[in-house]
Amino acid sequence: MDDQIKISCSNIWKLYGENPEKFLKENNNNPSTEQLKSNKYIPAVRDASIDVKTGEILVIMGLSGSGKSTLLRCMSKLIQPTDGQVFFEGKDLLKASDKELIEIRRHKMGMVFQHFALLPHRTVLQNVAFPLEVQGIEPIKREDRAKEVIKLVGLEGREKYYPRELSGGQQQRVGLARSLAVEPDVWFLDEPFSALDPLIRKEMQNEFLRLQNMLKKTIVFITHDFDEAIRLADRIAIMYEGLIVQVGTPEELITKPATDYVAEFTKDIPRSKLLNAESVMNNKDKKLYDNTVNYKEKIEKIASKVLKSEGSYSVIDENKKVIGSLSKKEIIKALFAEDKNE
Amino acid sequence: MNKIKTIFKGKFLFIFGPFFLLWLLRYIVPNYTISSKTPHWAYIPPKSCLGGCGSIDGFIPFVDWTNALIQFLRKYEIFGLFTFRDFTRGIANYVDKFLDFTEAVLHKGFPSYEIGPLPWIFIITLTVILGFYLRGWRLALLGGTCFAYLILFSKRGIWELSMKSLAAISVSAPLAALIGLCLGILAVKRKKFANFLWPMLNILQSLPHFSYLILVVIFVGIGTKAGVIATVIFAFPPMARLTILGLQNISQEIKEAGVMAGCTKWQMLFKVEIPAARSPIMLGINQVIMQCLAMIVIAAFIGQPGLGHDLLIRLQGLRLGEAFEIGVAVVLIAITLDRYSQALALKEPERREGNFVKRNPYLCATFFAIIICSILVFLFPFFNEYPKELTVSASVYLDNAIKSFTRSLFVPLGIFRDWMLIYFLMPLKAVFQSMPWTGVILFVGAIGWKLGKMRLALTVMLFVFFIASSGYWVRAMITLYMVFASLVICALIGIPLGIWASKKESRTKLVLNICDIFQTFPSFIYLLPAIMLFQISDVSAIFAIVIYSSIPMIRYTVFGLRNVPQQIIEASITSGCTERQLLWKVKMPLAFPEIILGANQTLMFALFMVMIAGFIGTVDLSQEIFRALSFSDGGKGLIIGLCVAFIGLTADRLLVEWSNQMKKKLGFIN
Repeated sequence: MDDQIKISCSNIWKLYGENPEKFLKENNNNPSTEQLKSNKYIPAVRDASIDVKTGEILVIMGLSGSGKSTLLRCMSKLIQPTDGQVFFEGKDLLKASDKELIEIRRHKMGMVFQHFALLPHRTVLQNVAFPLEVQGIEPIKREDRAKEVIKLVGLEGREKYYPRELSGGQQQRVGLARSLAVEPDVWFLDEPFSALDPLIRKEMQNEFLRLQNMLKKTIVFITHDFDEAIRLADRIAIMYEGLIVQVGTPEELITKPATDYVAEFTKDIPRSKLLNAESVMNNKDKKLYDNTVNYKEKIEKIASKVLKSEGSYSVIDENKKVIGSLSKKEIIKALFAEDKNE
Repeated sequence: MNKIKTIFKGKFLFIFGPFFLLWLLRYIVPNYTISSKTPHWAYIPPKSCLGGCGSIDGFIPFVDWTNALIQFLRKYEIFGLFTFRDFTRGIANYVDKFLDFTEAVLHKGFPSYEIGPLPWIFIITLTVILGFYLRGWRLALLGGTCFAYLILFSKRGIWELSMKSLAAISVSAPLAALIGLCLGILAVKRKKFANFLWPMLNILQSLPHFSYLILVVIFVGIGTKAGVIATVIFAFPPMARLTILGLQNISQEIKEAGVMAGCTKWQMLFKVEIPAARSPIMLGINQVIMQCLAMIVIAAFIGQPGLGHDLLIRLQGLRLGEAFEIGVAVVLIAITLDRYSQALALKEPERREGNFVKRNPYLCATFFAIIICSILVFLFPFFNEYPKELTVSASVYLDNAIKSFTRSLFVPLGIFRDWMLIYFLMPLKAVFQSMPWTGVILFVGAIGWKLGKMRLALTVMLFVFFIASSGYWVRAMITLYMVFASLVICALIGIPLGIWASKKESRTKLVLNICDIFQTFPSFIYLLPAIMLFQISDVSAIFAIVIYSSIPMIRYTVFGLRNVPQQIIEASITSGCTERQLLWKVKMPLAFPEIILGANQTLMFALFMVMIAGFIGTVDLSQEIFRALSFSDGGKGLIIGLCVAFIGLTADRLLVEWSNQMKKKLGFIN
C-alpha cells in the first residue's frame, strides 16, 4: 500500500432494493443498467474506485442524485456499501468492529454537513466541544480546545450563542469548527456551502482555502457547483448516475473531457482562468526564445502579451528548463476550444 | 342513461347492493313473502350454545373466555410463588409510596415530623415564578389566578380536593411519561417491537376509560393507588407515540453528525437523539398531563378522592351550583396545566451573560421567594392556612341562577328536545337498529375493497365480525346511532363555523383559541351543562357529545381551508371567481381530505364521550360497561371496550385511507 494514499475505495456498489447483495452476486458483481432497471434496483453508487491522496483536495462533483453523497458516506462507513472495499490508512473499514470505527471517527475523521447539523440545544461552545465531550475529555481541556477552534474560524465572542441566533454562514463556521476540534487527518465536507447565499458562499470558500493553507488536511469535498469545484480542487471526480465518469485535475477535465457529459459540464467555464501554459503549449518545440513564461502561469495572464508580440514564448519549468513553446496559434486554440474539433 | 352507467362503473351497486338488499327486505317490506325466507340470523347475530345455551347473546363467548383468563391470572401462582394479581398489587404498593410523599407535601403534611403540608402562599408564589420563567407575565397571571380561585372558593374544600387530585397527577404523569418514553425508544431501536407496539397503541387509545377502570379494580383494588395506576395506563400511549415520531423525524444529518463525532450507542441516545427530539417529547408530556387530569376525574368512579369524586356526587345529587364551582376549578387547573406544559415544550434555552444573578435570575427569585414566604408563614398564620371565614362560595347564587335560567328556557328547550327526539333521533335509531349485521360486514368490506386494499377490507370486516359475535351487536348499533347523530350535528355546526373562521386571520385566531381551551377540559365536565339544559335524555347525551367533539371538526376545517396554496387562490381570483365560487369550486374540494380527517377525529371524540354519557343513562354499550363496573365484571368490561375500540378503528382505517388517497390524487402527498 502506498502511504501517499489516505483512503482507497475499490469497486464500491450501493444498490437499494430487495436483497441487493444476492442480486449483485447473481450478476457477477456487474449488472448492466437494463438489468438494474428491470429488477427495480436503484443504483446509488456503481462500481466506484477512487483513491484519496494525503494532503489533496479531492472534489466529488455531480448533479443531485448522482451518488456523490452516498460515495462519501461509504468512505466514512456511515453507509454500508453493498459491495466493494474501503481502506482507510491501509485498514479495511468494512471489516472494522464498531469499537474500532468509533475510535477512527473520534480521532481521524471530521465531517461538515450541508444543513450544518448543529445540536439546537447546545451553545456554540458546547457544539464545538461535543466531539471532545463524547471522547470523555475533561471540561476545562475541551473548552480550551473548542475556544481555539472557534477563534480559528472567526467566531470569537459568540461562544455562548445558540445556533438559532446565528446566520447561515456563521452556523456553518460552527460546523467547520466542530469538525476540526479533534484535529482530524481527513476532512469530509458534504456540500458545505450549498445552503448559503452566493455572496456568503464565496466568502466561505475563501475561508475554507485559508484554513486548508494553515492545516493541510486530506479533504474530500462534495459539491454540485462546478465553479466551486474548480476554485477549490486539486483533483475533481465527476459522477453521473452512480458512476465515476472521470477523475482528473481541472485542466484535464477541460482539455480532455472523457465523455460528452463532462464536456457539457465544462463548456461554460472561462478556459483562460483555468488553463496554464503547460496544458496548451506546443511540447515539440523546445527552442529557447527571447521571452519566457513559467509553465504554471494561467493563460488569462499571458494571453495578451503573447498575442501582442510577433514571436513565440518559451515555456520553462522550475529549473528554468525549456519544456515547450507558446505562439499565437496555441493561445487562440486554447481560448476558442470549438476550433480544435474542426 | 349515462348516469346509470356511471353508477355501475363506480362499483356503487357492488358496495351498497348487499347492504340495501338485506335492509330493504326487512325494513320496507316486512310482510313480503321473501322477507320471511331470509333467515333471522342474518339480521341479529344468533345465540350459540358455546358458552351454555342462552347464557350469552352472541355466538362466540369472548366474555367467558376473558373472565376465565382473568380468573387464571388471579389464581395461578407463577413459579408457585405469587399470582399475577400479587404482582400487580406489589407494583401498586410501590406507587403508594410515591403517592404518600406527594400527598404529604400537598395536603396531608408529615405528622410524624410535625410538619404541615406546603402552605398555599408557597404554591401560588412558585407557580407565578414558574410562569414568568416559562413564558412571561400572562402565563404567570393565569397560574396565579387559578390557585387564587382554588383557595378563595375553598368553602367546601376545593383547595384540598385540588391538592388531592394534583398529588395523584404528580405521581401518575411522571410515571406515564417515563413508561411512554422507554417504550417509544425501544420501538425506534427495535423494529420488531415497533410492529407489536403500534397496533397495541391503536387499541389502547381507542378503549374507553371504563375498560381500564374495571381491570384495575380487579387487579389492584379501589382507591387512590388504583386511580393512579389506571391513569398511568391510560396516559402513556400518546407519550410513546410522540416519542416514536420525534425520534424518527430527527434529521439524518444530525444523527450522522453524532456518529461522525464518535458517539457510542448510549451517547447517541442521550446526547444527540433525545435532545434533538425534545420538542415532540415535551409535547408528549403535555399530552400525558392532560390525559392524566381527564382520567383522574373519571377515576372517581373507582373511589379516587379529589375533584372528580365530589363532582360526581354533586352531579348525582343534581346539586348543580356546587358542581359548577368544582367544574370551574377543574377547568382552571386544566388550562393552567396545559399552558404551563406547552410553554415548557416550546421553551428554548436562553443566552444570559454576566454574573451569577444575571445568569440565573429565576433561580435567585425562587430562592428569595422561599425565604420571604417562610418568614411570612412563620409570622402570620394567615399565610400558612387560609382562614375558612375568608373563603367564599357562590353555589347558592349559582343554583338559583341555573334554576331560573332553565325555568325560563324550560318550554323552548322542552319543545326543542322533543322535536329532536321525535323527528331526528328516534327515526335514526330505528334505522340503525334495523341494520343487518351481515350487511354491515359486507358494507365495510366493500368500502375497504373499493379503497383498493384487500388487507384493509379483511381487517375492518374482522373488527365488525368481532362486535357481532361478541353478543353486544344491538347495543353497539345504539352506540353507533348516537355517534352518527352527533357526527351529523357536529358537521352541521363545525363545517360552517370553520368556513366562517377561515375567512379572516383574526377570526381564525379567535376560534382556534376557543377550541384550544375547550379541548383541555376533561370530557366529564361537559355533562354539567348537558344536564342543566336537557335533564336526562338522549338529547342531553348527544348535546354533551356534540360540544365535546365538534372541536376537531372545526379545527380541521379551518386547517384545510387555510392551507389551500395561496397561488391557487390567486389563480382562481384572476380567472374571475366570485367569493362563493372560490369557496365551493376551489377551496372546499382542496380542503375536503382534511375535513374527512376532522370527521374521523370527531368520531373518535364522540365514541369516548358516548361512553361517559352512559352516566346519564343511555341504553347503549356504555350502560353495559357501567353495569360491568359495578359488578367488577372484567371480561365484560374488556370485551365491550374492545367493541367500542373496533367501532372506532373501523371508521378510522377507512376514513384515513380515503383521505390519504384523495390527498395523493391532489398531489399533496406522495
